[in-house]
Amino acid sequence: MLFYKEIEKYGDASALITEKGTVISYQELVARADQIGKAAGQRCLVFSICKNVEESVIGYVGFLRNDIVPVLLSPDIHAELLADLLNSYHPSYVWAPAGQAGIAGTVIYRDGNYELYRTGMVVDYSLDSELALLLTTSGSTGSPKLVRQSWNNIQSNTESIVEYLGIAQTDRAITTLPMNYTYGLSIINSHLCQGATIILTEATLLDKTFWALLKSQKATTFGGVPYTYEMLKKLRFERMDVPSLRYITQAGGKLVKEMAEEFNQICLKKDMQLIIMYGQTEATARMAYLPWKDAQRKAGSIGIAIPGGELSLIDTEGNGIDEPEVVGEMLYRGANVTLGYAESRHDLNKPDENKGVLHTGDMAKRDKDGFYYVVGRKKRFLKLFGNRVNLDELENLLKKEGIENACTGQDDHLKIYITHMEQEKETIDYLVSHTAISRGGFEVRHIAEIPRNESGKILYSALEGK
Amino acid sequence: MTNLEKYNQAFITALGVEENMLAALEYQSVPQWDSVGHMQLIAALEDEFDIMFDTDDIIDFSSYERGKEFMKKYEVDL
Repeated sequence: MLFYKEIEKYGDASALITEKGTVISYQELVARADQIGKAAGQRCLVFSICKNVEESVIGYVGFLRNDIVPVLLSPDIHAELLADLLNSYHPSYVWAPAGQAGIAGTVIYRDGNYELYRTGMVVDYSLDSELALLLTTSGSTGSPKLVRQSWNNIQSNTESIVEYLGIAQTDRAITTLPMNYTYGLSIINSHLCQGATIILTEATLLDKTFWALLKSQKATTFGGVPYTYEMLKKLRFERMDVPSLRYITQAGGKLVKEMAEEFNQICLKKDMQLIIMYGQTEATARMAYLPWKDAQRKAGSIGIAIPGGELSLIDTEGNGIDEPEVVGEMLYRGANVTLGYAESRHDLNKPDENKGVLHTGDMAKRDKDGFYYVVGRKKRFLKLFGNRVNLDELENLLKKEGIENACTGQDDHLKIYITHMEQEKETIDYLVSHTAISRGGFEVRHIAEIPRNESGKILYSALEGK
Repeated sequence: MTNLEKYNQAFITALGVEENMLAALEYQSVPQWDSVGHMQLIAALEDEFDIMFDTDDIIDFSSYERGKEFMKKYEVDL
């Protein structure tokens, strides 16, 4: 049974603490959550617009407790994309902050600042009995592709995370990542599973209010993508007085070895731990972690498989690689490998397509002690501030807008080459308004002609340094 | 360039905003001034004026106008 169905056992323990310092007990969380679930009624599909606020978490808990399948979406979702998703998936309800753009329907229930809208859309599809939750693959390029997660996926991944991080009821996690992002969600799941506390804030690490809340509410942990660590470095985290922190985690892309080493030292001095992790939405959240006792001698590694999971490498022929230090595609096996993708509502009754095996798309090697190191990627995509951006998909999106382009670059630095420089502003405006790509994450460059080979394929190597 | 022009230019370049938007500009009031933009803005100002912000000032640098007060602290006359 999913742990959310029995969290009332934590009674008056603190489940959520809001930005204003209001404490919500497990008892209250469950009562309010079930009201929302009951308002929606029987098993159905709901779009849930996520923020790090109480109503968003309470709605999510209510849906999972009542067998209702939520699709977790960003509040910054472009109205056009939201309309596309509504048309593709026909959710029965939308759970959203009052005034969220692009939502029509009848409000049938309210909790705080959130409203439950009945869409009245035709339910001409069915939901597979295992299906629990749907997440976007990154949300960055606005693809309607969703990842199908089962009850068992959430339960098993949460149990593994609780085990390797040693999460206890006394832990107090402060939010630093969006709730609709698998990593942010996994922190919420793993803490509520243990009767621990989530400190909710919409403030970023660059807000004074974030640090004030962290200190006053004595947060014991938070998570960060590589860019979060860039910010912590800039903020001179080593000089900050944050004695309540027990450990911090990192995932959502590769933290370069030098940064890992630097933060290992900082955390040692602060008597706290840094846990480097690896995962994907396709594996619910987590697949690997680097135990703190190995952090220094194995800096730069993503560590070992999480409890209950198994990592391996295959060569281009699909044969297993047993020797150390040989690069191959990394495979993961475990109960947290999700059911598969959905492109529309008609895919929601599909059974488990992955059968517990995930081809990660990451190229990695294993050292003689069994620790894994990610060295590259099989497909053309970048991680921008923790979000995956498929470069081919992005090129097609811009092309549809009539912009001749080629996309390349490194993590946290996307380069878009366009042939018509007068389209620079249009390109920038489109990316800022239609995708979740941050303005600081890309650069638009001019090139007279996109270099191509004889068969018309773009020669990305010829773009290097241009 | 005067210091004020340099200060303005740092915003325009780091955040990709227009000059006429500056006066009312606040952290997270436009998509460009998100946490990524903020880091680039701070780096641009530090490079331009050869200064190094304290942590408290980085997280309190919440608007174009407020930032001007911090510049005084680092002995930059605008």
